[in-house]
Amino acid sequence: MPTTSHPSFIHATLAVVRKDLTAEFRSRELLSAMLVFSLLVILIFNFALELNVKERQSVTAGVLWTTFAFAGTLGLNRSMAVEKDRGCLDGLLLAPVDRAAIYFGKVISNLAFMFMVEAFVLPIYAALYNVNLFHPGLLLVILLGSIGYTTVGTLLASMTVQARTRDVLLPILLFPVAIPVLLSAVKASTGFLNGADMAEIWPPLNLLIVYDLIFTAVAFMVFDNVVEE
Amino acid sequence: MTPKPVLLKILDYLSIVLLAVATYLALVYAPTEAVMGDVQRVFYFHIGTAWVGLLGFVFAAGLGIAYLVTKDMKWDIVEVAAVEISVVFFFITIVLGSVWARPAWNTWWTWDPRLTTAAVTELIYVAYFMLRAGIDDPERRARFGAVYALLGGLSAPLTFMAIRLFRSIHPVVIGAANENQDKMNMTGDMRVAFFFALFTFTVIFIDMFWNRIRLGQLQDKVEQLKLKVM
Amino acid sequence: MIEVKKLVKRFGMKTVLRGVDFRVERGEFVALLGPNGAGKTTFLRILSSLARPSLGEVKVAGYHLPHQAAQVRARLGVVSHMPLLYGDLTAQENLEFYARMYGITNYQLRITEVLELVGLEARRRDLIRTFSRGMAQRLAIGRAVLHDPEVILFDEPYTGLDQDASSMLDEVLKSVAAQGRTVVMTSHDLARAEDLATRFDILTRGVIAASTSRGSLGRYGLLKYYKETLAG
Repeated sequence: MPTTSHPSFIHATLAVVRKDLTAEFRSRELLSAMLVFSLLVILIFNFALELNVKERQSVTAGVLWTTFAFAGTLGLNRSMAVEKDRGCLDGLLLAPVDRAAIYFGKVISNLAFMFMVEAFVLPIYAALYNVNLFHPGLLLVILLGSIGYTTVGTLLASMTVQARTRDVLLPILLFPVAIPVLLSAVKASTGFLNGADMAEIWPPLNLLIVYDLIFTAVAFMVFDNVVEE
Repeated sequence: MTPKPVLLKILDYLSIVLLAVATYLALVYAPTEAVMGDVQRVFYFHIGTAWVGLLGFVFAAGLGIAYLVTKDMKWDIVEVAAVEISVVFFFITIVLGSVWARPAWNTWWTWDPRLTTAAVTELIYVAYFMLRAGIDDPERRARFGAVYALLGGLSAPLTFMAIRLFRSIHPVVIGAANENQDKMNMTGDMRVAFFFALFTFTVIFIDMFWNRIRLGQLQDKVEQLKLKVM
Repeated sequence: MIEVKKLVKRFGMKTVLRGVDFRVERGEFVALLGPNGAGKTTFLRILSSLARPSLGEVKVAGYHLPHQAAQVRARLGVVSHMPLLYGDLTAQENLEFYARMYGITNYQLRITEVLELVGLEARRRDLIRTFSRGMAQRLAIGRAVLHDPEVILFDEPYTGLDQDASSMLDEVLKSVAAQGRTVVMTSHDLARAEDLATRFDILTRGVIAASTSRGSLGRYGLLKYYKETLAG
């Protein structure tokens, strides 16, 4: 007979992350879609914005974040749809674990996918446009921005997969609410890339931190309401 | 079927009368602004509608919390009422702002923090209705609506702060936007029109809010009766 | 093991369950029958803690729902008409994942045991995506009994299975039930229900309209009893 105990919060969270990563590294459906899509977005921007040397200075951060945001919704949609389609969400909810552990598990795996896409896009963008993007400050902004975006995105994606108009609904719900993240991330990234004063970079950075804290806390509190009947 | 409460009827008529008076005050009574000319008169209603629009959205976020805590459908009805009215008032605010911006800033639209935040907020609440439209189960619709109203209410002030970060990029426009502050040097008559408009729209808001809540309750009753027949 | 008193479930205006009284003793196998839309699935979702009751009292394995949901979940196994398994994971990985979610410590042994029970040992390294519907359903049962639950709920486990798969599922269900577990199963298939269950409850129009044990069915069998109950 099996020995059972209530798994701890951390264990349950890690179990979800491990499950997601194992499944994804096998099928690579989600990552490949996100990566190809990001490349296409960058390609389109190249022609749409005539990315010449002078323009690049000011728009690089904007192009990058738009790419991350678009690719991000793709991944968020897919990652929650996998749970919903085979009824796996019920399977998760039936386990004797805190629902917040499931939520954080999903957030961490979605975040991992985001980071992988970003790690792929950055060098490619740097190579294509001959700009140096390896600035530790920029990496910090990407970290904070991605956290904010996925925290809210995962919560909203768990709502939209339960709606009739699911696929089209996520970006419509997510973008207006995520505008503070995207704007301050663009502002801070531009600041770092152009070597601006820290005095100019701190305000958006603070805003990102505040956003991350507020929305992580709120999502933590309301996630139960999103998955329970 | 409960008849319309007397107080609500009185409020209905009062709203109409107040609106007429406020219109008179704004268009005739208040003196013409020296710099802007007559177009400045839009400002009285612009602030009035903006005020109640914001009020409704703040309400909605609070009511969202109330619903999530109690799971009582009455909060959902009130929440929808608040958002619905505010979406309309906010739309009017944006249009009036645009009318004012044309002669004042020489453009229909500027990416000023206030204007942009208003537009984003409006979009959040349009998304709110799209979310609700996509869900059939009324109880789930209420829960998701409450969660989204809460998220929207929290992100709107952050949006305002985020957009303000871009001030330095659009210096020309922002300089013009500061004319709002100049407005505070209103003459006594202007002030009367201004505060009267605020008061009027508050009354109209309460009146519509009440009516809309009643409508929501009646809709509920109709649904219930329909189910009984089936 | 299961005690339900005056359970009411509303979805907005619509009342799906209107005062269900339901009691299951330890070791009973109850078949919950009834027409489509009678609220069987909703009822099982409430018993499994996935939906909240609007009114009334629900006790499963000695714990109250929804307040002691975590305790109930630890003692409960659920098989629905969806397998609740991940297509891109192998049978082994799926069970490992659920074992972690249930805090099972010595899970390698238990997984082997369960795979033997449902006859899928040979396929343990295969992706669920490659499984037939019947195999996935059997593994779903394995997943549900992984943590050795006291109570098992089956929601239409035969949905979409062909004859062969159904009779294999029969065997698995019987062996699962034989271990002294308490089982509640909803089904459209009266013949299968009659074969497996020790008691038959009929849920219609939001209430349990009738209940009878296998012994008192009489020689006409379940079908006649069912039809008479529905005819009122």
